[in-house]
Amino acid sequence: MEQFQVRGTVERRAVGHRHQAITGVNASGNLEVLVERALPEHECLVDVSTAVTGFRGIWEAVIQEFFARSSPGGLRFSINDGGARPDTVTLRLMQSVRLMETEA
Amino acid sequence: MMDWQKQRSERDARLDAGSRHASGKMVAPESAKALFEAVIRPGDRVCLEGDNQKQADFLAEVLAGVDRSRVHDLHIVQSGIVLQAHLDLFERGIARKLDFSYSGPQGAAIARALAAGKIELGAIHTYIELFARYFMDLTPHVALIAAVQADRDGNLYTGPNTEDTPTIVEATAFKSGIVVAQVNEVVDQVSRVDIPGDRVDFIIKSDQPFYVEPLFTRDPASITENQILMAMMAIKGIYGEYGVRRLNHGIGFPTAAIELLLPTYGEQLGLKGKVATHWALNPHPTLIPAIESGWVEQIHSFGGEVGMEDYISARSDVYFTGHDGTLRSNRLICQTAGLYACDMFIGSTLQIDLAGNSSTVTEGRIAGFGGAPNMGSDVHGRRHPTAAWLKAGREASDGQTTLIRGRKLVVQILETFGEKMKPNFVETLDSVAMAEELKFDLAPVMIYGDDVSHIVTEEGIANLLLCRGPAEREQAIRGVAGFTDVGRARDRKAVEALQQRGVIRRSEDLGIDPLAATRQLLAAHSIEDLVTWSGGLYQPPSKFRNW
Amino acid sequence: MSNLLQPQEADWYEASARERVAGLLDPKSFAEFLGPEQHAMSPHLAQFDLTGAFDDGIVVGRGRLDGQEVFVAAQEGRFLGGAFGEVHGAKLVGLLRAARDGAKRGGPLAVLLLLDTGGVRLQEANAGELAISEIIRAIVEVRSAGIPVLALVGGRAGAFGGGGIITACCSRIVVSEHARVSVSGPEVIETNKGVEEFDSKDRALVWRVCGARTRYLTGGADRYVKGRIQDFREAAIALIPYAPPFELATLKAEQRRLAERLQRFGDCHDAPEIWRKAGLPQPERIAEITDDTFLAIQRPKGADHDAR
Repeated sequence: MEQFQVRGTVERRAVGHRHQAITGVNASGNLEVLVERALPEHECLVDVSTAVTGFRGIWEAVIQEFFARSSPGGLRFSINDGGARPDTVTLRLMQSVRLMETEA
Repeated sequence: MMDWQKQRSERDARLDAGSRHASGKMVAPESAKALFEAVIRPGDRVCLEGDNQKQADFLAEVLAGVDRSRVHDLHIVQSGIVLQAHLDLFERGIARKLDFSYSGPQGAAIARALAAGKIELGAIHTYIELFARYFMDLTPHVALIAAVQADRDGNLYTGPNTEDTPTIVEATAFKSGIVVAQVNEVVDQVSRVDIPGDRVDFIIKSDQPFYVEPLFTRDPASITENQILMAMMAIKGIYGEYGVRRLNHGIGFPTAAIELLLPTYGEQLGLKGKVATHWALNPHPTLIPAIESGWVEQIHSFGGEVGMEDYISARSDVYFTGHDGTLRSNRLICQTAGLYACDMFIGSTLQIDLAGNSSTVTEGRIAGFGGAPNMGSDVHGRRHPTAAWLKAGREASDGQTTLIRGRKLVVQILETFGEKMKPNFVETLDSVAMAEELKFDLAPVMIYGDDVSHIVTEEGIANLLLCRGPAEREQAIRGVAGFTDVGRARDRKAVEALQQRGVIRRSEDLGIDPLAATRQLLAAHSIEDLVTWSGGLYQPPSKFRNW
Repeated sequence: MSNLLQPQEADWYEASARERVAGLLDPKSFAEFLGPEQHAMSPHLAQFDLTGAFDDGIVVGRGRLDGQEVFVAAQEGRFLGGAFGEVHGAKLVGLLRAARDGAKRGGPLAVLLLLDTGGVRLQEANAGELAISEIIRAIVEVRSAGIPVLALVGGRAGAFGGGGIITACCSRIVVSEHARVSVSGPEVIETNKGVEEFDSKDRALVWRVCGARTRYLTGGADRYVKGRIQDFREAAIALIPYAPPFELATLKAEQRRLAERLQRFGDCHDAPEIWRKAGLPQPERIAEITDDTFLAIQRPKGADHDAR
């Protein structure tokens, strides 16, 4: 098991007023993402807990790319990972940002 | 005096030798070995019907058991190397040389046999390339085929899985060859005449029906959200964008997802009647919801699909069926339809390199080509225009205004990583190393990069038609190669510029909401749902029975 | 243009626990207790090198069903097979006790248990077993206080082990075709009795023995619904007013019902034999027919009952 954090600074605040959202499930090849609007507007943070070790480099690349693409300023993401591939991680992160744009 | 009828005399001699083991055209199964030893000569070119789906499995077992001192050094020319018996021929010295097309299930065994020098390889072909050579320089001396029914005159009904048979028989029968058929049953009158009796020399009723593999069934329960996201991008960004009406889907989960999203997502986009109306396609069960929802005008098929027989017969407005009511397939014709009469091919592959070349060769496995290189190629002999073909051609044309030609859309759709985090994007294809090791003249490439028009991954669509030069093409590919090493080595500025130009489009550029990419969007979630959609007509084989 | 399905139109089987709750209850009426942001997670999984779930795989809270207040618990069947762990079980116990205590003040109208579980989590076996016992006791207390408890089963894991027992303790049971309700799982039966006795890979057999259609036709479930979240919602709304009182007469009636059922069908070896004995049409085809055709079948005598 590995646990680590990835931080970023972005240009824009994440759109919306919703305070928290959750998507995905910690199952094989999948991950659970809890997102909370809990940080200063231009900061973002991902707390990763993963059962699969040795891929921290890829996680950091995936998350930094996600920060650049979605600019989720002010959001803290917490992840319970069940061995998801990078494309699933990206999809869940993007889904969680979209949920924060919607009505609670 | 020159003898210009040697082949005829030879044929007569073989028939004479064979007739000792036959009563008219009928041969008892126990006499099959003796028949083969009588009609097959050493060094013969033999086509043992190993089609993509159906196998003349009884005849294969018999051939693998012949007396090697009488039948040896055969040159096997057949599309599919599928059964263990096909490989046993080489192990036992009954066959020495091979020209084939597809070896999916025996991919590892073939690679080993080639490496060990057990097989002298002519070449690996695409289906219609091999069929073409049946009429040129690989004409079979003996064809061993499979049919559903025969009558005593030798008329054959080959049924829904007609596949390659008419082509094999045409080449063999009209060049003084011998045609032997294994049949499931002998009847007074066949359901329809797929092969006229005067082309068939011997008939053997086998104990078991010939084997047919359900290769084209994909369980909707296995489709993932990322495959759904890619399918949505393809439908909106390519099908809708180019107005693709006539197409072929390679088999795979991303295309199965597309088939299941037409009635839901495609409907939401207002594309019904405008795209995906005419298909060169095997009877995929996953297309049932789209057919039932009124999307499909017509389908021509390469072969059949186990379990779909009754559904097909009940939908004769859509499928090609005989007057007997059952499907009539034909691989040669459908491949030609896919080449010339379709505006798009879309399918998956296992590896793509920086030029867009793709391959299904991976270390230790040679799967052959099948039909994908035909389907997935821009055919220069085409002359009739359609909107989709012209639009693609204009995009590729780099601004020339005279004598532009159209382009077929050839789309590779695949995830960036495969099983166990194996990257699907690589700097060099595994097939290059394999070609060196096995001393092939050509590294086996499934689809060449210069035929590819688009690559779709979960990261977006790369439009290679709009790329100018190999450097742009490389960055466009890296730009959708995700977090593979190939993707991570991208030139970020170059990729951003390509995205600005629309050469790369991500899901957000296409206006696709990631929240919409859920399994709830599939028209069917399970094989059982497909059965329900078909009104109970679709009868999945037991291996797919999961409820 | 929105691509999104309305929550209640979605398929129950494909939906997450949260999505089922959202589609089942009146829109935007759900308030979660101990939500995921509280990180009330399993303290045990880390020592097995397993990552957890922020809600430990069960969503609990209150909401409205057709305007009336209900308490809801929904298990996430895809997280560790929906199995009961310490926190998971405690959340359900707590919910049930809150319903029981609320009864004095007019309480919730009902408690809805969206079960999707393989039983007890092996890694937390003792705590899981204890929780199930506490849950059963709590269900009895809630029912005794006059609040019906409904079991809604239709997910990937079914309701096995302690989850099967919990289901059977509920006032009313709703199932969709995918559901299985049992105590011993197919693999356990095969391991203990041999594959000739029970081939756990024979999915058709599993469903014939403990699947939704069999349960419904033998009185082991009260409603059989088609697979949308909306279908479960409609069934729950319809069943709540008709839940049996939890009293001695009900329990005695249940004993009689079970004894009669055993006497009638106890020597049958497979479901089609039961259907034949019960005089149902086309007994061999019960598993094959569509939901609509199935729903049109008259249930055998004794299957439609109040005794639970």
